[in-house]
Amino acid sequence: MCGIVGLFAKHPSIEADLGAHLATMLAALAERGPDSAGFAIYSGGSAARTKFTLRPPAGSDPDALGIPDGAITVRGSHAVLTVPAALAGSARAALAARAPETVVVGRGASMELYKEVGLPADVARSFALAAMTGTHGIGHTRMATESAVTTDGAHPFSTGPDQCLVHNGSLSNHNAWRRTLRRRGYGFATENDTEVAAVYLTARIDEGYSLGDALRAGLNDLDGFYTFVVGTGSGFAVLRDPIACKPAVMAETDTFVAFGTEYRALAALPGIATARVWEPEPATVYAWERAGDA
Amino acid sequence: MSGGAQTVDLASASLRDLNAALHALPHDTNMTRWHVRNPDGRHAIAAGLTAPVRVEIDGHAGYYCAGMNMAATVIVRGNAGTGVAENMMSGRVHVLGDASQSAGASAHGGLLLIEGNAAARCGISLKGADIVVKGSVGHMSAFMAQSGTLAVFGDAGEGFGDSIYEAHLYVRGRVASLGADCIEKPMRDHHRAELLALLSEAGAAGAVDVGAFRRYGSARTLYTFHVDNAAAY
Repeated sequence: MCGIVGLFAKHPSIEADLGAHLATMLAALAERGPDSAGFAIYSGGSAARTKFTLRPPAGSDPDALGIPDGAITVRGSHAVLTVPAALAGSARAALAARAPETVVVGRGASMELYKEVGLPADVARSFALAAMTGTHGIGHTRMATESAVTTDGAHPFSTGPDQCLVHNGSLSNHNAWRRTLRRRGYGFATENDTEVAAVYLTARIDEGYSLGDALRAGLNDLDGFYTFVVGTGSGFAVLRDPIACKPAVMAETDTFVAFGTEYRALAALPGIATARVWEPEPATVYAWERAGDA
Repeated sequence: MSGGAQTVDLASASLRDLNAALHALPHDTNMTRWHVRNPDGRHAIAAGLTAPVRVEIDGHAGYYCAGMNMAATVIVRGNAGTGVAENMMSGRVHVLGDASQSAGASAHGGLLLIEGNAAARCGISLKGADIVVKGSVGHMSAFMAQSGTLAVFGDAGEGFGDSIYEAHLYVRGRVASLGADCIEKPMRDHHRAELLALLSEAGAAGAVDVGAFRRYGSARTLYTFHVDNAAAY
């Protein structure tokens, strides 16, 4: 099971309501994934600043972290630390030293990433997703199969700056790839199969692959069932395994491109009645880039 | 309720109530016309019908729309999700948009007409129904199809007709690859007549030339298991 969604603004008119639409899309897929939910949203990006989305230990005060030149915004169980980009490295080191139990969920110029155990509508509400704005976002509702129901096991997984991945399916060779990638120096926070796919794509991008080429390489390297939706600072991409084991629907209008595991997730989007709605082909990379950002 | 057209808006009415009302119709009902508004991808809309009524669904339907259909005519004015008309016994299901995977799976009888494309596994385990797809079908279509007919105006994806029994397959476009034990067969006069009759029933007889179709079927070397064929599995 599991449900995944993605929404990409082709026109700025939808950006103010991007969070509200994403929240509705997640709630519509609660039956496919009632264990936990999460989302990444790209908003207010600036190359001059780096955002760290943090999950501090329960009961701690994120405002007391005291990162030099850092600004903290608390959202539910998470907090976003914004620092000048030049200080990102030292901020990361300071976090590790001062708050070793604080989990860095994601980082990037524009990406914020939130995930939690619970029903999708409750998770979205706890982070006030409906009030968020953004250029694009992806989300996931989880029914766990390969690892435990924990916040760390919820999607999206982010293993590179402004990169994140949601996955519907299960990989069968993730242990072998985790060992391979560990030998290459990549770290893992969980035993989750999806995290392996995220690190795999990050490693390919580090090698110089484009996002599309990294996904195409994954067709040969990653064994199992998957529909992936990947977010980057400038766009998002969709890939289904060659058997197309997991369902997928896409919709496009002049205003947006949307992805849903089922059409139910797209049914409330503005203008959906006249949108082009189609099923993405197996083993085919679909990618959208924001004009000017690529 | 009267014998006029019944309209059910799923934005406010419950899907379960709609299906229960349709299931309760006697075979000689005079409530023969139903309109379903705002389907919004809900699952199992108009599944399990047994009365000869006409149900029009204004929008995209979810999984198993018109599943197990018997006698009814179900029209989807949009796309249909996984398993439209699966296990249909009789009647007619008409999808004006695309159909997702496993359209017409295991269907025993009736006609499934898809104006757009059908995704993977269209007509999987077909058991006697007729399927007409005006677009293309995805991979592994007609997998283990036992009887019935699948006519495709466009192309067929990989593994077409894999492990087929005695279903009749007609494709006008390109077949990406044939599955195990599926071969192209000569198109004889009685095949052209069969295809023309099917296209006439689908209201598409004038749309395409039956002479442009190629016929595929079983080589009959696999389904009666023989140890010499073990490597083919």
